[in-house]
Amino acid sequence: MKFSRLLKTILMLDFIKGLLIAIKEIFKKKKTINYPFEKGKIGTRFRGEHALRRYPNGEERCIACKLCEAICPAQAITIESTEREDGSRKTTRYDIDMLKCIYCGLCEESCPVDAIVQGPNFEFATETREELYYNKEKLLDNGDRWESILAANIKANKPYR
Amino acid sequence: MEPKDKMIEYLFIFFNQTYKILLLLVPVLVSVAMIVWLDRRVWAFVQKRRGPNVVGPFGLLQSLADALKYIFKEIIVPASSNKIIFILAPIITMTLALISWAVIPFSESFVIANINVGILYIFAVSSLGVYGIIMGGWASNSKYPFLGAIRSAAQMVSYEVSIGVIIINVLLCVGSLNLSDIVKAQENMWFIIPLFPMFVIFFISALAETNRPPFDLPEAEAELVAGYQTEYSGMMYAMFWLGEYANILLMCSLGSILFLGGWLSPIDLYPFTIIPAPLWFIFKILILFILFALVKAIVPRYRYDQLMRLGWKIFLPFSLLWVVITSSYLFYFDLLPGN
Repeated sequence: MKFSRLLKTILMLDFIKGLLIAIKEIFKKKKTINYPFEKGKIGTRFRGEHALRRYPNGEERCIACKLCEAICPAQAITIESTEREDGSRKTTRYDIDMLKCIYCGLCEESCPVDAIVQGPNFEFATETREELYYNKEKLLDNGDRWESILAANIKANKPYR
Repeated sequence: MEPKDKMIEYLFIFFNQTYKILLLLVPVLVSVAMIVWLDRRVWAFVQKRRGPNVVGPFGLLQSLADALKYIFKEIIVPASSNKIIFILAPIITMTLALISWAVIPFSESFVIANINVGILYIFAVSSLGVYGIIMGGWASNSKYPFLGAIRSAAQMVSYEVSIGVIIINVLLCVGSLNLSDIVKAQENMWFIIPLFPMFVIFFISALAETNRPPFDLPEAEAELVAGYQTEYSGMMYAMFWLGEYANILLMCSLGSILFLGGWLSPIDLYPFTIIPAPLWFIFKILILFILFALVKAIVPRYRYDQLMRLGWKIFLPFSLLWVVITSSYLFYFDLLPGN
């Protein structure tokens, strides 16, 4: 062992250096946030809870093309449709099993009318499994609740699609 | 004296002592809870996290919330364990961690048992402390606790030897085994100044003795799950945890008594002397404990052979050498106490 290294070990120079760094770090700004009270920034492409959107006149956007059902890798989406009196095709059933869903975002990408989207909400934990089998009413309700943010997100990402 | 009077006198002594013991133990237990919070908080701050800050002001009541959680959890006793020893182990750990506080002097007058062999008493009790861990590890009848207990036994025995020799250094300068006398002998100069290398070794050995990082091999969570505590749950786990932190606090107070002048103020001048003696003592314990917590945050864990090498091949010879140096110095300059 070299003499300089021995001296370094005996005087614990590395340890003291580390201690000083630790003391310096104590007074620096924290990197973590007080989660339930403050929340981190979420990007415009965040893939959270699903929502079904409406047109401004209140009409559902979904045309029951079933592209999302076809592309869903987890096969979490179930759609049934019927023809209305006015000749348009609309869904009678639109279920998403949120427990199967892998939040890949393919449904959102495949949708030709921007009907099914994934919003910024990620705090939808429930106490029972059943509550996570979303049906059409729940999804439309989500769409109404988050519409302003959803529309802004879609607008922000328009140039890149 | 009539038997009835004697009875009353005994009862009086009994209640008087119980009152004194409670006066010490309740604050110690509360401060153990606070010190766990401080430990986690310092650790978090060094890593730029926030640490527990939700329960109570600044998260101060976090430990109480944890304790409440432990109390309401089910105690699981493994089917293949030796049940009596399994239940006895945490009780022994905690009892031994608490009875040492009897001889710790908080000020010149406030000490429960001012016995003449105080330091030997503490040393004996902390040597017994390893039994709680061994019993817990053995009685669990499971491999990780067993390995953890074996490691812990070897580690605590090794480092107790070097702590013993370090204490001899201090005792040579004092000439008494009474902890109050040890503090009083530091009125002119704290022992940290002439015996600084011994203080450093004492601090490191205290880390090893209390199974703190970087010497937390007995509960190295990456290899041994939680070491000897793996099979424990609920209040029994909490008792191990309380005992551990009470031991850490005890080691900090021993360090401040032996080297930092116990309850004495740093300078015997006006602004320092108005602060009461026990506060100085608590302040010194806190400083040592914050150092303990900082060390936990900055050092990686030792390998087992490195740990043994450090204890037996470096600390023991070095502190023995220092005993020779100290005693020769005292003898040569005719400074031996009692002369």
